[in-house]
Amino acid sequence: MNRELEILRILENNSRISAKEIAEMLNMSVEEVEETIKRLEDEGVILKYKTLINWEKAGVEEVYAIIDVRVNLTREKGYDDIAKRIAKFPEVHAVRLVSGDYDFQVVVKGRSLKDISFFIAEKISTIPEVRDTVTHFLLRTYKEEGELLFKDEEDRRLAIVP
Amino acid sequence: MRRTGGLPLSRDILNIRVRELKPSGIRRFFELIIGRDDVISLGVGEPDFAVPWRIREEMIYSLEKGITSYTSNFGLLELREAIADYYKKFGVETSYENVLVTTGVSEGIDIALRAVVNPGETVLVPEPTYVSYQPLAFLSGADVISIPTCPDFKLTFEDLVKYRDRNVKVLMLNYPNNPTGVSYRKKELEEIADAAVELDCIVISDEIYGELSYNFRHVSIASLNGMEDRTVILNGFSKGFAMTGMRVGYAIAPEPILDGMLKIHQYSMLCAPVTAQIGALEALRNGEDELERMRAEYMRRRNFFVKRLREMFDVVMPDGAFYAFPDVSSTGLSGEEFAERLLMEKNVAVVPGSAFGECGSGHVRCAYAVSMEKLREAVDRMSDFVNSL
Repeated sequence: MNRELEILRILENNSRISAKEIAEMLNMSVEEVEETIKRLEDEGVILKYKTLINWEKAGVEEVYAIIDVRVNLTREKGYDDIAKRIAKFPEVHAVRLVSGDYDFQVVVKGRSLKDISFFIAEKISTIPEVRDTVTHFLLRTYKEEGELLFKDEEDRRLAIVP
Repeated sequence: MRRTGGLPLSRDILNIRVRELKPSGIRRFFELIIGRDDVISLGVGEPDFAVPWRIREEMIYSLEKGITSYTSNFGLLELREAIADYYKKFGVETSYENVLVTTGVSEGIDIALRAVVNPGETVLVPEPTYVSYQPLAFLSGADVISIPTCPDFKLTFEDLVKYRDRNVKVLMLNYPNNPTGVSYRKKELEEIADAAVELDCIVISDEIYGELSYNFRHVSIASLNGMEDRTVILNGFSKGFAMTGMRVGYAIAPEPILDGMLKIHQYSMLCAPVTAQIGALEALRNGEDELERMRAEYMRRRNFFVKRLREMFDVVMPDGAFYAFPDVSSTGLSGEEFAERLLMEKNVAVVPGSAFGECGSGHVRCAYAVSMEKLREAVDRMSDFVNSL
């Protein structure tokens, strides 16, 4: 299997793992692993090392909303232009162009429902190309970034089996 | 039932071969572990993954639909077709007519042996060996001959043809091997095939770990010239697809042997559990990604684990499965002593190699079917233990 991809898969799941540990798992030298990671960073394949935090557990109240945005395209303003304009707001967590009834799926983070509602009313809906929006407030997350946020099954195997 | 010391019959209550059968060495070691807390067990010969969810979901749905009846003795037709098609992957062209769905490979071993062996005929079992072959061959009435394969755990042409005059009916083959992880490349299999032709015997080829091959692609011995007519392939879903408790496997065999096996299967088992068969079908249709994910994870663990073990012991590189079989004799301890003390002093469970045959006695079997985190902890503890000796 491609070693670059193997390294990426391991890092995607645990960005704090050491080059030494990766080297042991993939039968490579530590130097090879470090060089490969450095190159992947330089090439922009690895964008950033982040942490997946359960903020609810940390006692931080945050409100997320998923907003469906429908836009009118013009000769002057295409999808990219509109998306960039929306993406630059720090309140905006994610912007995705999607297929279906709406054009963009925008995830907005705020301190309260009111906060988010005003942000949308003032900053998103007022963009001239935005035709309409539908706001879904996020109530609970069950899975994030491929990780289950609830307690999964336990290991029920016997201690010794053939 | 009440346990009783007295015998209700005036003659022996048990069959003579059952009386002579030794209890499993693994079982005895299991008793030592019961009641101990915080044991990291490298004694588990099954995946640490649960059955992939999409397979479980398919089984649940089949139960909701009320699919709970017997299937044909052979197993579900769609599953047999899927299995025949799937085995092209390992070089074998076959038809659903040559496929029998069994209740795990365990049943397959039993009925394959019983279907072909006559009293007085010999079954050859290379050691170290999976624990079931010798007892089941013995119960089938065979004379069992063990062939030691230490120190590299590889069977050769010369090892086999020595038994030319021993009325050999069956050679049991298991690759990748439990407990050593050793497997065979095509060229090595050709040598074994030549020997099987020379001995004029059947090969029962247990390929349950075939999917878990890391150094080279698994090839079935049945795919080699002339072997199709004398090979019983046994395989199943327990290891590659992490479906151990579902008990579903299969045999691919030439028609006369398969017919014989079917006769026993239809009277003793009737059919494999239907829910498990439906799960198996889903595994073959849509399980490839999960399989790849698990295989990649095992391979990482193997590389890490063998490297660390080699700092302490001689270890033959396992080509597949999820076992390493280090030679611990350099510690001055036997495999049993090593395993017992490691358990008592460091709470790490491994299985003494003697459970897998005489020639495994200076070894222990370590299964790396545990999370990377636990594996790391276990090998650190092993290292502490070895340094304390």
